[in-house]
Amino acid sequence: MGTVPSALKHCLSYQHLLKEQLWIGDPAVPPPAAPHPGQESQASGLPEYIKIVEVGPRDGLQNEKVIVPTDIKIELINRLSKTGLPAIEVTSFVSSKWVPQMADHKEVMRGIERHPGVQYPVLTPNLRGFHSAIAAGATEVSVFGAASESFSKMNINCSIEESIEKFEEVAKSARNMNIPVRGYVSCALGCPYEGNIIPAKVAEVSKRLYSMGCYEISLGDTIGVGTPGSMKRMLEAVMKEIPLSALAVHCHDTYGQALANILTAIQMGVAVVDSSVAGLGGCPYAKGATGNVATEDVIYMLHGLGINTGVNLYTVMEAGNFICTALNKKTNSKVAQASFNTATIN
Amino acid sequence: MPQCATAALPRDGPRGQVSGAAAAGALPKRVKVVEVGPRDGLQNEKNVVPTPVKINLINMLSETGLQVIEATSFVSPKWVPQMADHTEVMQGINKLPGVSYPVLTPNLKGFQAAVAAGAKEVSIFGAASELFTKKNINCSIEESLERFSEVMTAARAASVPVRGYVSCVLGCPYEGKISAAKVAEVSKKMYSMGCYEISLGDTIGIGTPGSMREMLTAVMKEVPVGALAVHCHDTYGQALANILVALQMGVSVVDASVAGLGGCPYAQGASGNVATEDLVYMLNGLGIHTGVDLQKLMDTGTFICNALNRRTNSKVSQASCRL
Repeated sequence: MGTVPSALKHCLSYQHLLKEQLWIGDPAVPPPAAPHPGQESQASGLPEYIKIVEVGPRDGLQNEKVIVPTDIKIELINRLSKTGLPAIEVTSFVSSKWVPQMADHKEVMRGIERHPGVQYPVLTPNLRGFHSAIAAGATEVSVFGAASESFSKMNINCSIEESIEKFEEVAKSARNMNIPVRGYVSCALGCPYEGNIIPAKVAEVSKRLYSMGCYEISLGDTIGVGTPGSMKRMLEAVMKEIPLSALAVHCHDTYGQALANILTAIQMGVAVVDSSVAGLGGCPYAKGATGNVATEDVIYMLHGLGINTGVNLYTVMEAGNFICTALNKKTNSKVAQASFNTATIN
Repeated sequence: MPQCATAALPRDGPRGQVSGAAAAGALPKRVKVVEVGPRDGLQNEKNVVPTPVKINLINMLSETGLQVIEATSFVSPKWVPQMADHTEVMQGINKLPGVSYPVLTPNLKGFQAAVAAGAKEVSIFGAASELFTKKNINCSIEESLERFSEVMTAARAASVPVRGYVSCVLGCPYEGKISAAKVAEVSKKMYSMGCYEISLGDTIGIGTPGSMREMLTAVMKEVPVGALAVHCHDTYGQALANILVALQMGVSVVDASVAGLGGCPYAQGASGNVATEDLVYMLNGLGIHTGVDLQKLMDTGTFICNALNRRTNSKVSQASCRL
C-alpha cells in the first residue's frame, strides 16, 4: 500500500511492545473472574467465558524434535500455572519405549507446583498407566480414542473397540477414586490413513467415551485438514449425542485453518478450546508442517471478541518465549512473532 | 464492470451476526479472490525480484483461474524501488481474456503512465487514519481524496474502472484504535467518487472477528455489501477467522497474496498478507466456488519462493511439503 515509511523504532522496541502493546492490553490489569462456561454473551451470541486447556507441556513437547530436560518442563508448567490458565496437561503415563519425550512423567508430576484452581490432567492409555499416574499424585486423567480404525491400529495397535475396553477399565477405577476423566477423539475431521472421516463415526466414538463417564470430550482435528465447513458438520452430528457443555475442540493449524475452525465451534456454542503455548508440537504426519494452534493466537482472538478466558496473554507470551529459547526454536505463534523484536529477546 | 458475486442479505438482529448456525448458512456461493502478491506482496519483500521473474509470476497466476491479479504500482521508483519496472511488467505480461490486471495509481501522473502502458483498471489507496495518511503520503485524508478525484475524472473519461482501498480499517500503527464510523465515512466518499469496489484493509493485521464485524456493520450502512472486499493481514494469525466473519456478513470479494508474500513493515519479522493458498483451501472446504486451481496456485507459490530464496508463508504449502 503506497509508500513504506521508515521504521518506527520507538514502536518496535522490546520494552514498548511488551509493556504498552496496544493490541494485547495492559499486563498489569488482572483478568476478571471467570463466570461458568456456557454462559452466553447477549451482544454476540458467543459464550461469555471460554476455558482454555493448555496442552503444550504434553502434546506440544511430545511432538517436538528436541527432548527437553525435566527441570525445564517443570519450569514451563510452573510459569503456565501463573497465567490464569485453568487446565494444563502435564505429561503422559505411557511407556517410555513408545514416547521417550515423556519418560520423566513421574518426576514432572511430583516436581511441579500445584496452583489452587488449576487442573493438571495427565494421559493414561490403560489401567497400568492410570495407577502409575495416581501413585505420582495425578488428580485428573485423559484417555485417547480415535474416530478412525486405521489410526487406532497404527497408533496404539488395537481396534477402536479394543481401545474403548481399555478405557472403560480406567474409567471404572477413576470413578471409584473420584478422579475426573477427559476423553479425546482423534481424527475428528480427517485421518492420515483413511482420509475422510464421517461425522456419524465421530459421534459414535464420542458417545462411547461420554457414556463411560468422561466429563468432557475433546474433538481433535489431528492433522489439521478441517475447515469451518467440516467442523460444522462434525459438531452437528456430535451435538446430537453429547451436551454442548461437555464438548471441547482441539484444532491443529497444519493448514492454517485452526482459528477459523475454532471460531466456527464457538459460534455453535462450544466453550472449551485446547491449544499449545507458542504452538509447540509439529505434525508427525506432514514433515516440516506445524501442529497445535498457538495459545497466544487463540487468546488474542477470544479477547478481541470480548470473550473472557481468565488468562493473561502477556504472561503466556513470556512462557512461550522461555520454552522456545530452551528448545532453540522460533515460536509458532504469530502474536508472539508480531510482538517480540526478534533481535533482542533475553 | 467486473462481476460481483451474489451474496445473501446480511441479518442485523439483536443477537448480532457473529453467532449461530444461521450466520454460517448465509455464506456466499461464490467468492472472487483478488491476488495482490505481485504488487502488495513483492513490494513488501526484502529481496527485489527481476522483471522477467515478476512477469513469469503473473503469467503463472493467470493460469490458476484467478480473475483479478494486481500487477504493479505506478508510483515513483524513488519511493517504491521494487515497482520501478512497472511499465515493462505491464507491457510484458500475457493478458488472459476474462482476467483483470489492476495497477496502483496514486495520482493523475501515475494514472496517465498506467494507461499509456496498457492498464485497463486502476486502484487508489485511501486510509481511515489521518496520521497514517500524513506519514505515508504526506497529506491529510481530505487532500488525498482531492488527488483521487482527479484520477476518477480521468478514469471515467477513459472508461477505466477504479478500485478503492481503505487502509487501517481495524487499527493504525500510529493512531491505535480507528473508529468504525471513520472507516464508513472514508469508504462512502470513495464509493461516491466512483470506485466500483472498496477493499477494506486490516493493514497491521490486529483485527479480530469482533472488530471486523463492528467495522463491517458500520460500513455496510453506507456502501452496498456487493461492492465490498476485505484485505486481511495475518500478522497476528487472525486473517482467516476475520475473513470467515466477513463472508458470514455477505462479503464475497477477498484479497490475498500467493505464498503469503509481503511482510509487515510495522512489526519487524512478522508476516503480512494472508496466503492465497490457505484462503482457497478454506473456501474449498466451505463449498464456496472460486474457480481457482489450488495445485497450480501452490506451484506458483513454490516458483516465487525459490526466486526470492525464502520459505513460503502458506501453511497449506508447508503441509504439502513444498518450499
